[in-house]
Formats: sequence, C-alpha cells, structure tokens
Amino acid sequence: MKRLLLLWIIGWLLSLPAAQATDVPKARRGVFALTNARIVTVTQGVIERGTLIIREDRIVAIGTDVEIPPEAEVIDCTGLEIYPGFIDSGTHLGLIEIGSLPETRDYRELGDLTPQVDALTAVNPNSVLIPVNRVNGVTTVITEPEGGLLPGKAALINLFGYTPEQMHVGGVRLMVLDFPSKGRRGPWDRRKPEDIEKAFREAMDKLNEVWDRAERYARIDSAYRANPEKNPKPLYVPEMQPLLPVIRGEMPLMIKVDLAPDILEAIQWVKKRGLKRVVFSGVAEGWRVADKIAEAGIPCLVGPVLSLPTRESDRYDKAYANAGLLHAAGVKIAIRTGEAENVRNLPYHAGFAAAYGLGREAALRAVTINPAEIFGVDDLIGSLEVGKKANLFVSDGDPFEPKTQVRYVFIDGYLIPMDNRQLRLYQEFLHRQPGLELHPATH
Amino acid sequence: MFRVYLLACCLLLGLITTAHAQRKGDLFIRNGTVLTVTNGTLENTDILIRNGKIAAIGQNLKVPDGVEVIDATGMYVMPGIIDAHSHIAISNVNEATNPVTAEVSVGDVLDPYDIRLYRALAGGVTISHVMHGSANVIGGQNETIKHRYGETDPDALRMEGAPRTIKFALGENPTRVHGRGHNVPPLSRMGVEFIIRDAFHKARRYMEAWDRYEQERKRNPRAVPPPYNERLEVLADILRGNILIHCHSYRADEILMLMRVLKDFGIQRVVFQHANEAFKVAPELAAFGAMASVFSDWWAYKFEVYYSTAYNAAILTRNGVITSINSDSPELNRHLYHEAAKTMKYGGLTEDEALALITINPARQLGIEDRVGSIEVGKDADLAIFSAHPLSIYAVCKKTIVDGIVRFDADRDPDDMRLRVDPERPVELAIRWGDHQHGHRCLEGIDLIEFLTETLQSEWQ
Repeated sequence: MKRLLLLWIIGWLLSLPAAQATDVPKARRGVFALTNARIVTVTQGVIERGTLIIREDRIVAIGTDVEIPPEAEVIDCTGLEIYPGFIDSGTHLGLIEIGSLPETRDYRELGDLTPQVDALTAVNPNSVLIPVNRVNGVTTVITEPEGGLLPGKAALINLFGYTPEQMHVGGVRLMVLDFPSKGRRGPWDRRKPEDIEKAFREAMDKLNEVWDRAERYARIDSAYRANPEKNPKPLYVPEMQPLLPVIRGEMPLMIKVDLAPDILEAIQWVKKRGLKRVVFSGVAEGWRVADKIAEAGIPCLVGPVLSLPTRESDRYDKAYANAGLLHAAGVKIAIRTGEAENVRNLPYHAGFAAAYGLGREAALRAVTINPAEIFGVDDLIGSLEVGKKANLFVSDGDPFEPKTQVRYVFIDGYLIPMDNRQLRLYQEFLHRQPGLELHPATH
Repeated sequence: MFRVYLLACCLLLGLITTAHAQRKGDLFIRNGTVLTVTNGTLENTDILIRNGKIAAIGQNLKVPDGVEVIDATGMYVMPGIIDAHSHIAISNVNEATNPVTAEVSVGDVLDPYDIRLYRALAGGVTISHVMHGSANVIGGQNETIKHRYGETDPDALRMEGAPRTIKFALGENPTRVHGRGHNVPPLSRMGVEFIIRDAFHKARRYMEAWDRYEQERKRNPRAVPPPYNERLEVLADILRGNILIHCHSYRADEILMLMRVLKDFGIQRVVFQHANEAFKVAPELAAFGAMASVFSDWWAYKFEVYYSTAYNAAILTRNGVITSINSDSPELNRHLYHEAAKTMKYGGLTEDEALALITINPARQLGIEDRVGSIEVGKDADLAIFSAHPLSIYAVCKKTIVDGIVRFDADRDPDDMRLRVDPERPVELAIRWGDHQHGHRCLEGIDLIEFLTETLQSEWQ
C-alpha cells in the first residue's frame, strides 16, 4: 500500500511538467490544407474558394482543384481570406524592449562609424513585443540600427524563431548609412540655418573621407586576393572590413534620407560613388523630388506613413500621400513603420497610403512582394506561390481595415499560436474575479 | 472685498472674451449618412444649422433662403471629434519648477497661429482639451478649446462655458523630474501621494481660514483677511468641486491611490489620463464613477506601460467605465477616428461604442456633453464629414465644421494654410522627424528631456 502510494506520488510528480508543458501554446509544423478561402496571391491574382497546401516550410499547392493530402490538417477558411505575410521594411523590433530604458535599447552603438555592428547580434527572439506584433499578420521585418553616420547592418528577420539565425531570412543584411541632413532634427532644434548648413558640409566631408578610405581599402584587398604572394595582406580595420561587400555591390546600402535637398545630394553621391545596390529609407519628402528618384532608379522604403508633414506650410496630408506620389512617378516603394512596439500597425500605414492616392492594390504590394524584390528574396517570400516559404496569414476581411481579425498566422511553415501578453491580460481582466468584493483571506 | 472685486473683473473679462468667439454660421447639410452617436445611424438625412447650432435633423428638410448647402450624398456626417488630451495651440507645456503649480494655466499661452490646429481639423477634430504637462504632481490648469482656426485672437479659441480642469500627474514623470532631476520629493509613488495629501490639507486650512474670516467679518468690519494665495485658491476650488481633475497615470496602484485620496477629501469627479493599467482596476473605477481617457495601442515606451494592452478601452467599456481615446500627440490627433476603430479589433466594440470613445465620452469627461459630442437638435454644430464610414481605413475627412462655420474643406485646401508667415524668417527649413516623432508631449519643456531627445533622439513620453 505504501509502495503504491509512493508510486502514485512519483507518477504525479513526473506528470507535472508534462501537464504544464501542454498549457504553453507552441508553434508547430506539418501538412496543412487551408480550404474554401479567398486567396490573394498578390502576384497571380485572386483565387475564390481555393485551397492552399502547406508542407513543412513551403507552399506546395494553390488552386481550386487541389487534392488534399490524407495526412493534412484541414482548416476550413470559408468566408476567410489568405494573404502573404506582411513585411515591414524598417523597424527596431527585437532590438528594444522598453523605450525609455537604455539598458533595453540595443539599436545604437557609440561613435559615428560602427558599420561592423550587426543588428542580428542583438535580436532578442523572446521579446514580449514580437508575439504582440505578429498576430496582426506582420511576419517579417527589417530591423535596423541607427545613430551616427554608419550605425551598422540591418537584417531581415521572421517574427518567429528561438535564435536570431533561425529568424534570419535569406541571409539579408543591409549596411545602414544615415545620410547627412540639411534639416532640423525636431521642433526643439533651434540652430541657425548657417550652422545647419555648416554641420551638413562637415558631415558630408566626413562621409566622403570614410568612403575614400573604404574604396582604397577595397583596392588593396582586391589586389591581395588577386595575388596573395606578391601583394601585402591588408591590415584588419574594423570599420573598413564590413564596407567591402558594399563597395563591391554584394551588400545593399540602405541610405536613411528624408528631406528633398538631402535626397538630391544622396542621388548625386550614389552616382559619384558608382554604387549599384542602393535603397533609400524614410524618404519623407520623396514626393518633392519623386521624378529624380525614379530617374535614378532607386527603390524607396517609405514611412512612417502615419506622420506629420515635414514643413509647416505643407498640405496636411503629404505624409499620407507621399507613397502614392512616389509610386505614380515610377518609384518602386515598400512601406516601413519605423516602429518597434507597434509594428502591428503596418497594415494601417499601408491603408492610409492606399486611401490617400496609392490605391489598395499598390499598397498591398508595398508590404508584400515589393520589399521581397527590393531585398532580393522574392523567390522565398512576398506572395502566395507554389515553392515559396509558407509565410502567410488568414483574416476575416481586408487586413487594412481596423476591424478585421487575423485568425491564423504561418511563419516559415509554423502555425503560430495567436497568443501574446496583451491578449492574456484581456482574458484575465475583462471580467475580473474577484470583482469589487474583497478576497475572503483578507478578512 | 478684494476677492469680490477680482471676481467681478474676471467675470467682465470673461464676457468680453466670449464676445470674441461669437462668430457662428448657418449651413444645410443634405442627404448624408448621419452618425448621431446617441441616436443611431440615420440614412439620407439632412441637418439644418442656424446660428452655429443644430436646428433640425430629418429627411427632406426645407432649405431656408440664403443658407449654403453642402451635398453629403454618399458621405458620412459625425459629431466633431473631441481630443481629451492634447498639447497643441500652446506655447508652453510645463511649469516644471515645483511639484505643485496649480496657479498656472495653459489658457494664458494659447497660440491661435499653431498649424496643428488646422491639421487637427483636417482629421475631423473640433475640440481639444489642451493640458499642462506631466512634470508636476499637481500641474497647471488646462483649457478646453474649439478649433476656430483662422481667428487670430487667442481668446477666440476658448470654449466658452466649459468647466475648469486641472492636470495631475503620477508615477515616473514627476518622480523623474523632481526626485531624480532636482532632488526634491517625490522620488517614489509614495511621495506622490504625500505631495497631493499635503497640498489638499493646506488648501483645506486655507478655505477654513477664509470661512472664519467671512464669518468674523459679519460681526467685525475691521477683520483682517488671511493672505491671498493663488495656488491655494485653485486647490480650494478643486476641493469645492469647481475644477475637474484630469490625472496623468499609468499603473493600477497609483490609480487606486488617487481614488483613495480623493475619497478622503470628498472629491468625486476625476478622469484618469493615459491610464494604461486602468483595465486592471476597472471595477473600482466604475464604482467610484471615475472615467478614463486612454491610448488605443501605445505601450512599452517606458517601464510603467510595459504591462499594457490594446484591449484597455474595451475592458473599461465592458466594465461600465466612461472611456475615451485621446492623442497626447499632434500626429495621433489627426487620426483619432482610426485610433478608435482599433477597439473593434481589440475587444470587439461596436461601431457606436467605438465612435462614442472620441465624441460623447470625451465630452462627458470635460463636462461639455450638453453642448457637443453627438448630433442632436440644440447642440453646437461641430461636425465632421467623411468620404466613407469614419471607422474605415479608406475614410478621408472632407469637411470639418465648428459652430456652423466650415473651418476645413479638403476640396478647397491650398498647399499653405499658415495664418502667419514671418518675412524676417530665413527660408523655411524642413524637420526631419525620423521615427521618433510621436513621442507624446507631456514632458515638453523639460530641459532634461530636450537634451536627451536631442542627443539620443530617444522616445520620451
């Protein structure tokens, strides 16, 4: 009897962790058949009442006449719509936890020249912010460092994974250049125009000096590689080494630039330096010089869309209309929020751009296939096509509309739990127990 | 006697200033879908506006002679949006020199030229509750303004007859500015409570001294009055119930604290601003009759908002707390209709409930619900006309009307709507907002913050 009791206790103890483990919702892969859905492929039109099959990490079939594998878990999507996972082309997600606490801010390093630092290093896969954001259908983001002239390398990450490497998409990294500006840094910036101009010139001189060095460094490195016996091996210079792939066009340069005069300077600078793989990011006043950007053929990561005009005299809606005006001029655009905690609002940035001139179709492309193409991963993500990664979500309507609910999210083939701390707080506190009555133990 | 004289002066001044704001219009809005907020949605409905007031609502109304007609066919008419927390149209936000500065008022620094007034109108916003900042435990008095952009007299912005309100602030901001910044209490949430209790005790003694004096004066014409103190005057008016408290707060514990303090001093009306953790104490708020004015989804920008949820407004609403969605930002302020719409996603509020969050509910919180916040006969003609349902992402505000006067018209909107252009100023430089533009402005004017913003361009709320 005693032994029986002991066995029972041991069994109970052993069962504890298992029981708890099942309480934690986990992502899972397998074979999924999403049936009877309105499938918005983005690149191949809209399929009404279609089926989409996911096997492991890939989309393996899409259409109205698709055979459902017997092992598939069927999710009936009657009345629902499937979209490719949205891509936010500029955020700090994963690099920051609490805005005002420096200990939790990892998107800025000391110094003007830190191209050697890598955003991916500091991405926290378990940030509370990530589950809050991905349940709105944003599956992939550019997370970027900032500050100084060359703040480091941005990375394209999926919003699921247990290590930064698991989150990294297509090996995409972009070197960030915060282009010198002739503008005010904010309403509090009371510098005289001459001082601003002087600071701009100095910053440009510094940029050119750095780039001269980098080009020289690249020539030395190339000479050494071509003939290691004859030429000296270049000394390792931490802020030059990471610029090599940029100079050689192997890594894109993301130029953060907002104001019209700065954009024009940046276009000239890119031409002068012969840079082929360049994207602009921010581009708040892109609309003023849209034809020049189009002519230069530089794609733009536009946003935040929900923002203020850059000048008092500008029409109130210029920030909303910017993406549409750039698109109309022939610029290839993607949309960025510039957010961390509220990357979940990406569909609304796109929606406002849509309402103020971009149109719904172009806005949808600006958060799906366009960024995929700009970052060179359109063979992997950005649309619903057979062979692409299963990065997608299922919603009960137009995802740009605030009232639309996202029902399912798949990232890299994983069905993501639609759980996060904000939802749990809702479930706990909607009808609190106890309500007003005091708990008996306090009497 | 001096006080009576002062009061008379104030009243006279009040009359003069309200006289400035009397420009009111006549309009006829034809055939719109009217979102009344308090009386459902009316299809194909006309609204007649006479002398700045809603004179009639109905189908096929007759257009009086000489009244301008706006054809709203296919469009949506809603009450002008009310932002219960804003810092636009003032040239200073904080008097950050003392934990208690009840004597100052942002009404003294109104700036009718502020372009943000116009931008707010372009988002359908007709009224802002312009608040002192959150640097002090008891900050300055606020001002409820109408967006009468185009008027150049600061007094023309004031919403005549709106109740007086004052800004309180709990938690990280006052403890940072005073405790950490200047080494004077409060440094903790305990200190914040102590500062408020101390202020109210002093105000109570001040009231009692004046009451004793008034009694004594009846017997003794040569009685000596107590020293006049403007700060204590204002605090006493809070105790008398003449000034509504709007309190910057985030955490549940500090919200409970203020309700306990107010109960002890017999103060009944309070609106908790921001109140990111109000959802945790929704039953207590409802029982007290306290209201909450919250963000739709802002969080994680400082530690005291780390345990926030976008479901806050829905939880509060379902628990019977009168709730509004505010901006505290000249950027969010332009799309409060969109901020409110998110509550349909986060917590499943109905369209009418979502609209109430930015119309009748903020009106209740400011004590102006008899005048504005819904489309009803007799109310002020403060209206916004949208191209689509305002809770849709595709809605564009077409016209905004204040007191029957069209103050924003998207179809007649030139590029530059500044009222004052300074010829002495060098060529207008653009502002590079970057990603950090919509930190809210509660702490604007604090040197520490501006320094940090400039050097770190960090998000400071």
